[in-house]
Amino acid sequence: MLLFLIRRTIGFLATIFAVSGIVFAVMNILPGDPTITILGIDSTPEVRATLRAELGLDQPAWLRYLDWMGDALRGDFGTSYFFRVPVSELIVERLPLTLSLAALGMLATVGLGVTFGILAAAQHGRAGDWAIMVFSQLGIAIPAFWLSLLLVLLFAVNLRWLPPGGFPGWDEPLLALRSLILPTTALALVQSAVLARVTRSSALEVMRLDFVRTARATGLAPTRIWRQHILPNALVPIVTIIGMQVAGVVTGTIVIENVFYLPGLGRLMFQSIANRDLFTVQALVVFFAAIVVTANFLVDIAYALIDPRLRSRLT
Amino acid sequence: MTLSRVSFAAALASCTLFAAPVLAETVLRIGFQQEPTVLDPTSDATASIDGMLAHNVYESLTTVDESGTVLPNLATSWDISEDGQSYTFHLVQGATFHDGTAFDADDVKFTFDRAMAETSTNPSKGIWEPIDSVTVVDPNTVQITLTRKDAFFLFNLAQGDASIVAPESADTNATAPIGTGPFKFDSWTRGDRLTLAKFTDYRDADAVTLDSVQFRFITDPAAATAALMAEEIDAFPGFPAPELLEQFDADPRFDVVVGSTEGEVILALNNSKPPFDSLAARQAVSYAIDRDEIIEGAMYGKAVPIGSFYPPHGPAYVDMTGLYPHDTAKAAELFKQAGVKQTITLRVPPFKYATRSGEIIQAELAKAGVTVKLENVEWGFWIDEVYKKKNYDMTIIAHTSPNDLGNFARGKDYFYGYQSDDFDALWAQIKTETDMAKRTDLLKEAQSFIAQNAIHGFLFQLPKLGVYHSGVSGFWAASPVLFQPLAGVHIQ
Repeated sequence: MLLFLIRRTIGFLATIFAVSGIVFAVMNILPGDPTITILGIDSTPEVRATLRAELGLDQPAWLRYLDWMGDALRGDFGTSYFFRVPVSELIVERLPLTLSLAALGMLATVGLGVTFGILAAAQHGRAGDWAIMVFSQLGIAIPAFWLSLLLVLLFAVNLRWLPPGGFPGWDEPLLALRSLILPTTALALVQSAVLARVTRSSALEVMRLDFVRTARATGLAPTRIWRQHILPNALVPIVTIIGMQVAGVVTGTIVIENVFYLPGLGRLMFQSIANRDLFTVQALVVFFAAIVVTANFLVDIAYALIDPRLRSRLT
Repeated sequence: MTLSRVSFAAALASCTLFAAPVLAETVLRIGFQQEPTVLDPTSDATASIDGMLAHNVYESLTTVDESGTVLPNLATSWDISEDGQSYTFHLVQGATFHDGTAFDADDVKFTFDRAMAETSTNPSKGIWEPIDSVTVVDPNTVQITLTRKDAFFLFNLAQGDASIVAPESADTNATAPIGTGPFKFDSWTRGDRLTLAKFTDYRDADAVTLDSVQFRFITDPAAATAALMAEEIDAFPGFPAPELLEQFDADPRFDVVVGSTEGEVILALNNSKPPFDSLAARQAVSYAIDRDEIIEGAMYGKAVPIGSFYPPHGPAYVDMTGLYPHDTAKAAELFKQAGVKQTITLRVPPFKYATRSGEIIQAELAKAGVTVKLENVEWGFWIDEVYKKKNYDMTIIAHTSPNDLGNFARGKDYFYGYQSDDFDALWAQIKTETDMAKRTDLLKEAQSFIAQNAIHGFLFQLPKLGVYHSGVSGFWAASPVLFQPLAGVHIQ
């Protein structure tokens, strides 16, 4: 177990290091000039040169990267070219929204996906199964941003039940929660459709196995068969997909935050790439990568908890 | 137990007995597409900084009205010397900054010296370039001497780049702006909203009817539409999508106002290399484009065509759209005469007005026998390849600064790749001519010169599309400048 943790930590650091290097290189190769974005196309070259020096952009790229690495190791992720405040401040400001959105999104994904997947498997071949499969097929086919627009049209513009976007902040928890209902739905529906299908097929596969038939033959109640025999054995592929979906949900916030104009990390990422705000992009990519790597790590731990046979992998 | 019950009853009684009728706060919620980067207009050209803060939080010596006419502001009057090179400004009395410090002539001198300094990153060097020195005569009088006459001096002083700042707060204005305007900065949640509150010590506070103003940042046009429809916002003065206006037009809850801006949309031609170093090839482009078709297709009819580089609402405007009327046969003939056989690249930046116009222009030039390769490029790419390296044949861009005819006098290095001694001389005359009538004549001459030489294809004036809830009044229909004073805006 200890060895496993050490290996994982080294892998984590190597991933982060590689990701930051790639982002830095790409952002430097990409055409664009933050000083023109900031000062406009009618600015004079002299003013742009002054600003370039002020932002440290007159230094060679490799030197800037080493500087950034050095500072990052000490917890300083640099200053945003664009907003001219520390990047860490920007991230801390927006973290609560994105984390809540992603957490709610995952919760809804797992809740809806697993529930409907089990229902479909239990109803296998009957109307309920068909209905769930048709809806989940639709869910997979509909792009999240389009679904968002439809939800806004119905619930915000026509019915006026929910706000069309924006976020009042967690100081007003009820209002905040209300404004996250539509974004969470849009984020979770697509992902839960995928999860429902995986849950269904995984459960169906287990249901056909001998030990389930034996359990049935002994006259066990169906709920007990599900709880004790089918689900534990069907869980490994489900957990694998959930782990992958964490990445999907986290990156999905980029689109959702733009459509619902939510002040989260996804929207910041979008803006920063367009503005060539190098350090902000750098920190955000590293942050998102860390979330994905952590999710994978948790999935590995979960395997061991679910299935004792897989515990040997944790060495 | 008894005690707490008594006190609870007392509290309840005091609430009902002494609660004064609560006056509802007048809050105006404005949608904005672009978020500000910092909150200091003197160090950053992002248009939304001026749009939200100039003449609301900050003030300048002068201001302008909706037609662009210069009016007094922090300077209540001024005297101009005989030679037109020395301005004496008499400052308003009783103005204070939001942090309580008084406004006087020292603040003006500080502001100007700061902007003119070697290390300044003020984006509009052109405002400061003609200034020789700034002298404090007394606390209420400032004298500014110029090295030459400057026709645009008083107009330029009204801009957000010339906002008057105080030495006590200038360095922190980027995040905590302090000015002398009718509204003070309240809060800013990046990515979501920026809130201003009425400055109760403003020298003319009684005239301001809004208690607070919220700017909400909504980039996506569909989201902007939903926010207006759901009455989450009251006004969207720079509505991004002409194709979505019809539903607001049809809805009695809204007023749709279409006005003009300072933005000339041009089909820029790279004059520095073939084929557009040839006049015939450029004229061919001018004949090939059909402005009505472009405006209909790209702007849903909501724009005014231009034939040169000057806004149709300006006082010196001459209509040059008839000089090269749409004539595909003539265009084809001129292209042939100029020997244009190669494929021409049209590199289009990611703005809707540009990408939509690009497709139509591609089709129009095809009719005149020229193959256009249309490349939709990202903004960063456009800046590097088109703007900096002039690596393009044609592009589409809006120039949104006022008084920007001087672009054609920026020499071969500018991305137009155009240089003409005649025009340089003409522009030098324009920018120093302070006599209105004479300047108007010169401006007309310049428009005609640019059109005759077909330096670019001139398409249309970028419209200002405003959607307002009925009951909101006082917004400018047109925008002669980047800012919009909100002191005159009312909600019924």
